[in-house]
Amino acid sequence: MNYKLAFEVERGDFETAGDASRKIKRTLQQLGISNKIIRKVSIAGYEGEMNLAIHSLGGTILLTVAEKEIDLTIEDRGPGIQDLSLAMTEGWSTAGDEARRMGFGAGMGLPNMQKNADHFQIDSKVGVGTKIAMKFFL
Amino acid sequence: MDKLLHSVYLDEEKCLGCTTCLKNCPTGAIRVRGGKARINESKCIDCGECIRICPHQAKKAKTDPLSMIRDYKYTVAIPAPTILGQFKTSYSISRILSAIKALGFDEVVEVAYGAEVVGRALKYEYHAKRYPKPLISSACPAVVKLIQVRFPELTDNICRLKSPMALTARLVRNRLRDQTDLKNKDIGIFFITPCAAKATMVNNPQTGEADQYDHIDGAIAIKDIFSDISGILNDCNPLEGIHNSTPEAFSWALSGGESEYLKNKNVLHVDGIQNVINVLEEIECGKLDTIEFFEGLACIGGCVGGCLTVENNYVAKMYIQERAKKLKQESIVHMEEEYVKDIYNTGMMHIKERILPRTPEPLDADINKAIEKMKQIEVLESKLPGLDCGSCGAPGCRALAEDIVTGKAKEIDCIFVLKDRVLELSQLTNELLQVEHPTGKTSE
Repeated sequence: MNYKLAFEVERGDFETAGDASRKIKRTLQQLGISNKIIRKVSIAGYEGEMNLAIHSLGGTILLTVAEKEIDLTIEDRGPGIQDLSLAMTEGWSTAGDEARRMGFGAGMGLPNMQKNADHFQIDSKVGVGTKIAMKFFL
Repeated sequence: MDKLLHSVYLDEEKCLGCTTCLKNCPTGAIRVRGGKARINESKCIDCGECIRICPHQAKKAKTDPLSMIRDYKYTVAIPAPTILGQFKTSYSISRILSAIKALGFDEVVEVAYGAEVVGRALKYEYHAKRYPKPLISSACPAVVKLIQVRFPELTDNICRLKSPMALTARLVRNRLRDQTDLKNKDIGIFFITPCAAKATMVNNPQTGEADQYDHIDGAIAIKDIFSDISGILNDCNPLEGIHNSTPEAFSWALSGGESEYLKNKNVLHVDGIQNVINVLEEIECGKLDTIEFFEGLACIGGCVGGCLTVENNYVAKMYIQERAKKLKQESIVHMEEEYVKDIYNTGMMHIKERILPRTPEPLDADINKAIEKMKQIEVLESKLPGLDCGSCGAPGCRALAEDIVTGKAKEIDCIFVLKDRVLELSQLTNELLQVEHPTGKTSE
């Protein structure tokens, strides 16, 4: 038995950004997931949501809850990351001025997701897109 | 879960079963059942939004009558700083406090006195570094409960210093114990409260505040004694030495008042329950990681906006600011830092137990069953009109779907679903009427 919840996030969606993470949080609470894990998933989900709004051309967030684990997959339609190891470095960011003015672009997004997830996998291809697959064990 | 007592309650006679409160409850704690707006005790945080919004004054706060002071040999009124915002500044602070005393109290001690101690102790507590960032103010009991119910991961961030109210009561009791022959039970300490949440705190203290020497015997609403005070304000004699608070301390009545004590830190103060919820959501997902201290107050403007006050919150704010400005020039009251440090070091101002989450029950203890129910909720929700009209007695379609799956409501509680069923039934009735019966005559 598993439960799926999907969200579309468009580029530049700053005003509604955060809605998906809020919905994820509430859903996990209702499913009886422990607060500690909810916090980790919320943080990772929020970072993912922001990444989609700031850096991508739009994409989806997919939450899957099963008996033993929670999967959080964030997939976009481009532009793809040139240098993955650089992108995973704390403090490194390509965020534009608008995003920085709103307090984003500190270069903590990807490292923060990795820090909170029990399993973190990132694949990216320039011109195609980026896919981040995270697992949280229950 | 321990039994939660509340001060917010429903006056059944006055409730018409309209859906006004339903849709304005920040925790979705209200349902209309049997034509009455019932409160779910485990979700209610005593914020008082429903009291403010009810057009029929059917939501009320349980507080104590002034007559209760007759039950004690020696009585002390401890008014919230908000009291000073209820009267024009042409009435001096001493005059207001003396008028309260004249209502029949043996003594009046401002809660602002305790607020000065707590405010100054905040910096010691902050540097004790036992807290995850940001340190969250515990001043507003409605916000503390909100965090327990909706932001359980932030309960460890809540400052564990007692409230100015509890500390003031404690200091008064300690002094009376040391300097008089009065027994603890002879002393009646009464909080003059601006809000329902504080009244609940008096009747059902927050975890760990239930020390017998912190005990407060009753909570009297500002609005209940406002006219009595006004009546004697002009004639009473302002007593010397009755006013004991600094302008910083009585500014706790305003949003940002407490934060002033940590002004060299990155502080964020927010008022209004919905605004507090929005900011806590940002804190919970890790966005506001540079904030060092967060002060959230449920009422607009802070305690001056409490649902048991009389004066408009903006006017009250102006009065408090005028008083503060005037007093800052005079600087009459002074408290030694050593005194604050001594009290802090005794440990008497610390809440001993942890503040624990009070998350609502999951759909099911078994995750597979919970997932099954969640799917049912979504199927049901998609069948509902999505208008969130409230006619079913739940605040919205999603809430109704949840109530149905958890057995607290039925599908035809939705007026639109009911209408569809009636339509189906009438079509069926029509069809049946058309059927020719073997022994019957054909109708015209």
